[in-house]
Amino acid sequence: MVDSEVLDEQAVEAADASHSAKVGDHQPGSTGISNQKLAMWAFLGSECLLFGGLISGYLLYRNNNQDGPAAAEIFDIPFTSVSSFVLLMSSLTMVLALSAITRGDHPRTRLWILTTALLGAVFIGGQVYEFTSFYREGLGYTTSPFSSAFFTLTGFHGVHVSMGIVMLMSLYFSSVRGKLKTENAETVEIVGLYWHFVDVVWIFIFTVVYLMAKGI
Amino acid sequence: MAITEEPPLELEAGDPLPEYAEQPLGVLTRPSGNTGIASWLFTVDHKRIGIMYGVFAMFFFLIGGLEALAIRIQLAVPGNDFLSAETYNQVFTTHGVTMIFLVIMPLAAAFANYLIPLQIGARDVAFPRMNALSLWVWFFGGLFLCSSVIIGGWWENAPDGGWFNYAPNHGVAFSPSKGIDFYAIGLQITGIGSLVSAVNLIVTCLNMRAKGMTLFRMPVLTWMLLITQFLLLFAVPVITVALFFLMFDRLYDANFFNPDAGSDPLLWQHLFWIFGHPEVYILILPSFGIISEVIPVFSRKPIFGYKVMVFSGIAIGFMGWGVWAHHMFVSGLGPISVTAFSMSTMLIAVPTGVKIFNWLATMLGGRLKFNTAMLFAVGVVSMFTIGGLSGVTHAVAPADTQQTDTYYIVAHFHYVIFGGALLGIFAGFYFWWPKAFGYKLNERWGKWNFWLQIVGFNLTFGPMHILGLQGMSRRIDTYSEGFGFELWNLVASVGAFVIFLGVLIFVINIFVSQRQAKHLPPVGPDPWDARGLEWMTASPTPEHNFDEEIEVQQVDEFWFRKYDIDDDGTVHRIATGDEVAQPGTATGVHLPAPSYWPMVLAAGLPFIGYGLIYNLWLCVLGGLLVAAGSFGWVFEPADDPDAHHGGHDDHGDHDDDPDTDPEAAAALDAPEGADDVAIESEEAPVG
Amino acid sequence: MSSETLSDTVEAGMHDADHHDADHHHHPSDRKYVGIAIGLAIITAVEVLTFYVDFGPLFIPSLLLMMFVKFYYVCGWFMHLKLDSPMFTKFFVAGLVLAAGVYVVMLSASQLWDNI
Repeated sequence: MVDSEVLDEQAVEAADASHSAKVGDHQPGSTGISNQKLAMWAFLGSECLLFGGLISGYLLYRNNNQDGPAAAEIFDIPFTSVSSFVLLMSSLTMVLALSAITRGDHPRTRLWILTTALLGAVFIGGQVYEFTSFYREGLGYTTSPFSSAFFTLTGFHGVHVSMGIVMLMSLYFSSVRGKLKTENAETVEIVGLYWHFVDVVWIFIFTVVYLMAKGI
Repeated sequence: MAITEEPPLELEAGDPLPEYAEQPLGVLTRPSGNTGIASWLFTVDHKRIGIMYGVFAMFFFLIGGLEALAIRIQLAVPGNDFLSAETYNQVFTTHGVTMIFLVIMPLAAAFANYLIPLQIGARDVAFPRMNALSLWVWFFGGLFLCSSVIIGGWWENAPDGGWFNYAPNHGVAFSPSKGIDFYAIGLQITGIGSLVSAVNLIVTCLNMRAKGMTLFRMPVLTWMLLITQFLLLFAVPVITVALFFLMFDRLYDANFFNPDAGSDPLLWQHLFWIFGHPEVYILILPSFGIISEVIPVFSRKPIFGYKVMVFSGIAIGFMGWGVWAHHMFVSGLGPISVTAFSMSTMLIAVPTGVKIFNWLATMLGGRLKFNTAMLFAVGVVSMFTIGGLSGVTHAVAPADTQQTDTYYIVAHFHYVIFGGALLGIFAGFYFWWPKAFGYKLNERWGKWNFWLQIVGFNLTFGPMHILGLQGMSRRIDTYSEGFGFELWNLVASVGAFVIFLGVLIFVINIFVSQRQAKHLPPVGPDPWDARGLEWMTASPTPEHNFDEEIEVQQVDEFWFRKYDIDDDGTVHRIATGDEVAQPGTATGVHLPAPSYWPMVLAAGLPFIGYGLIYNLWLCVLGGLLVAAGSFGWVFEPADDPDAHHGGHDDHGDHDDDPDTDPEAAAALDAPEGADDVAIESEEAPVG
Repeated sequence: MSSETLSDTVEAGMHDADHHDADHHHHPSDRKYVGIAIGLAIITAVEVLTFYVDFGPLFIPSLLLMMFVKFYYVCGWFMHLKLDSPMFTKFFVAGLVLAAGVYVVMLSASQLWDNI
C-alpha cells in the first residue's frame, strides 16, 4: 500500500501546481505525473508478487531433484553468465534509445531499439539452447519438483522477455513509419521500464538460482 | 501511447472538423452512435461499463443462487438423494466460486466503475478502453467457468474441489474430470480482468481528481474502493502463481503439488490464502464504503470520524496481508506460526471494530430515516458484527481446531459475505438507483425485499452455528438420522427459499418501479439530499458526467454548497440540491470514442482456455483473436471524427483558447490520454 | 573498485542533469549510462568469480550484496526512480516489500531455512 499521508501532500502540491501553467506537459493529472507511467509502475509492483511467488516455489523445491540431476550438477555457469551479461547490456541500449529519442535523434533511437531487441533475442536463444541441453542431460519438465520449478520460473521470465521484444519491435516499426515522434518519448520510456524490470528480475534469478546453487 | 494520431484536444467553435487523411493501415474507424446494442457492446463509458458489470453479475447471481437452493434441497432431510455425492461436490464448488468471483467482486466493480469518477469529479476513468477490456475479460472468463457445467455432460466437468481447492485433492489422481482445469484457467482469466481494472482505477483515483479534491477529501466509498484495488493489484498475482502451478501439474505433469515426488501440498495452501485473505477484504471493503455513504445521508449527520474511517480501512488493507495462516491452523504449521497468526488475527478485529463504532456514532443522535437503503445499511452493521464476532473465535487456535471444516465456518463466512458484502451492495442499489436510472425503487416492495432477505438469511445461516458446533461437517453430501441435525437443516433450507423470494421481489421491484416512474415527476439530481459529488449532476447521469469541472474545498462538498453552519452550530439551508447541481445539458463535450478491440481481445482468452484443455488448435484461434485485438487496439485511430464533436459551447466560463487554459486542458486531456495506452495495456494482462 | 566507479559516474551524472532542460525529468547523459553499465558489468564479473574462487563464509552474503547493488543501480538510474516522482518508488517498493514479507514468512513456515 502507499503511504497515504505523503500521497496527500503530493496531491495538495499537485493541485496547487495545476493552477499554474500545465500546458505542454504530457499528461497532467492530480499528482502531476502521467497516467501511463503510473499504470506501468503499478503493474510492475504487481509483478513483484508474481515473480516472488515463482522464486519462492523454486527455493522450496531447489534441492528436491528426486532421481534426476541436481541444480549444481547441471547448471552451466559460464554459459549463463554470458547470457546474463547480454541481458544486462540490453538495459544499457534501452536507456540509450530513450536518451536518443529525448534528443530527437530518431535514426539512433531506431538503432538502439533494434539492438535492445536483438540482445533480448540472443538471451532467449541462449535460454532455448540451455533448456534443450538440460533436457538431453535428463532434466525434463516432469523429472522432479526442482525441474518443474526451475523451468517454470525461467520460462516465465523468458516469456516476459519475449513480450518485451514484441513491444520493442512495434516501437521500431512505428518509428520507421514515422509515428514515433519526439513527443512520444514517454512511450519508449514506459517500454523501457518494463524491459529494465525484466532485467532486474534476471539479476535476482541469476544470483539466487544459478550462482547460489553451488553453496546451498 | 501515442502511436496513433493525436487530434487537437478541442475544437474551436465553427472550425471545420480536422482531416483524418490517413487511417493507419486501413483499420476500421471507431464505432459510433449512442443507442442500440452496439453502443453497449463497444462502449468505453465508465457508467455503462458499471451497469453491465451489475447486470452480468446478477445473471451469475441467479446461477449461484440456484446452486445454493440445490444444496439446501439436498440437505433438507437426512439421507437425501436429490444430488449424488459427485454432483454435490461440483454444486457447492461452483456455488462458492460463482458467488465470490462472479457476483460479489463484479458487483463491487459495478459500483467502483460507476461511482469513482463521479465521486472525484472526473470525466471518465484514466483508461476507458482498458476499462472495457477488464469488463469483457471478466465476463468471458465467467462464462468459461460456468460452461464447465454443460460441456462434456450436465454436471460432469464442473470443478469439484471446493473454492479453496486444496492439494493434493485437486490433482488429476483425485479429480480426474476436467473441472479443476476449468477452475484453474477460468480464475486466471477473471484475474486478468481484476488486475487490469485495479491498475486503471488506482490511476483514476490518484490522477483524475477534480481541482481541490485531495485524497482526504475523497468520499469514504472511493477510499475503500481504492484500498480494494490495491489489494487486488498485489493479491491477484499470488493466486496467478498458484493457478499456474496447478495448471502445469494437471496438464503437463509438473510436480508442484505431487506428494509422490516429495512436493509440499502446503505450498498451495500458503499461496491460496496469501491471496485468499486479502480477497476477504476485497469482498467486504466496498460494502463498508457503500454504507459509509448511505448512513450519513439518512442520519442527517456527517460521517463520524472521517479520517479514522479512512485510516482503519488502510489498516485493514495492510493487516490483511499478515493473517493468512489462520486458515491453516489444523495443517500442522507448528506452534510458532500458529501463535503469531493467532495474534495478528485478533489484532485485525480492532480496525474493523472501529468502523462499526463509527457507524453507530454516526447514527447516534441523528434524525434517522429508515428507508430501504438505510435498512440494508443497518443490516450490514448488525449482521457483519455477528460474523465478525464468530470470526474472532477462529483467531483462537484451539477453538478453531474444533470449528475447522464444520458448518460453524460456513455460518461465519456467510454472515460476513452475505450479511456484510451483499446486503451492503443492496443498500447501494437502492441508494444510487435514481442516479443511474432516473427513478427511485419502490419503497413498499423494497421493504418486503429487505425483510424477506434478512429473515431468510438469519433462518438459513443462524442455525448453521449450532450445526457446526454439534459437529456437522461441511462439504458432506448428506447426513444420517439421529445426530440432532434434522431440525436445523430443515430450518436452514426453508430460510434459503425465503432469501430467494426476497431477491425475486427485488427483481420485480425494478420493473414495477420503472413502470410507476412514468407517472411520477422526475427524481431530480439529488433525491436524498445527499452529500457526494455524484449528486451534483443530473439523474440519470449524463454521458459527460459534469458540465464543468467542480472545484472542491472540503469533504462533503455538495452538502456544504446546500447548507451553511452558523457560529453557534445551527445549520441553515442556503440552496436546494436542484439549484446547486449542474443541469447536465452541456453539448459537444469531447468524450473517448467507443472501440471494438477490448471485446475482440477479451474474446480470445476463453478459446485459449478451451484449447489448453481440449485441443491446442483452439489456442491458435484464441491467440489470433488476442493478436488481432491488440493490433487493432494499438493502431486504432485516436478518435472517431464524427462522434461527440459538436459546437464548442460547453465550458462556458472558459471559452478562451484551450491551449492556454489549464483547467479545460486538464478536463479534456483525461479521456484523451486513455487512448494512448496501447502497448502496455495490451501487455499488462499477460503478465 | 566498482563502487568507486559507480559513485563517480553518479556524481558526474548529477551535474549533467542540472544542465538539461526541465521538461524531461533531468535524464542523465549517455556517458553516465555507459559508466553505470561498466560498473554493473564489473560487478557481474565478480559475481561469476564466486563460482571459481572459494569465498568461504562470505559466499552468500557477498552475492546478495552484489545483487542488491546491481538491483539498486538499474532501478535507480536506468528506470529513473531516483529522478522521477517518489510515487513510482512507493509503488515499486510496496510490491517488493510485500512480496519479500509474505514469501519469507511462507518459506519460514515451510521450514525452508532448516535444510540450508
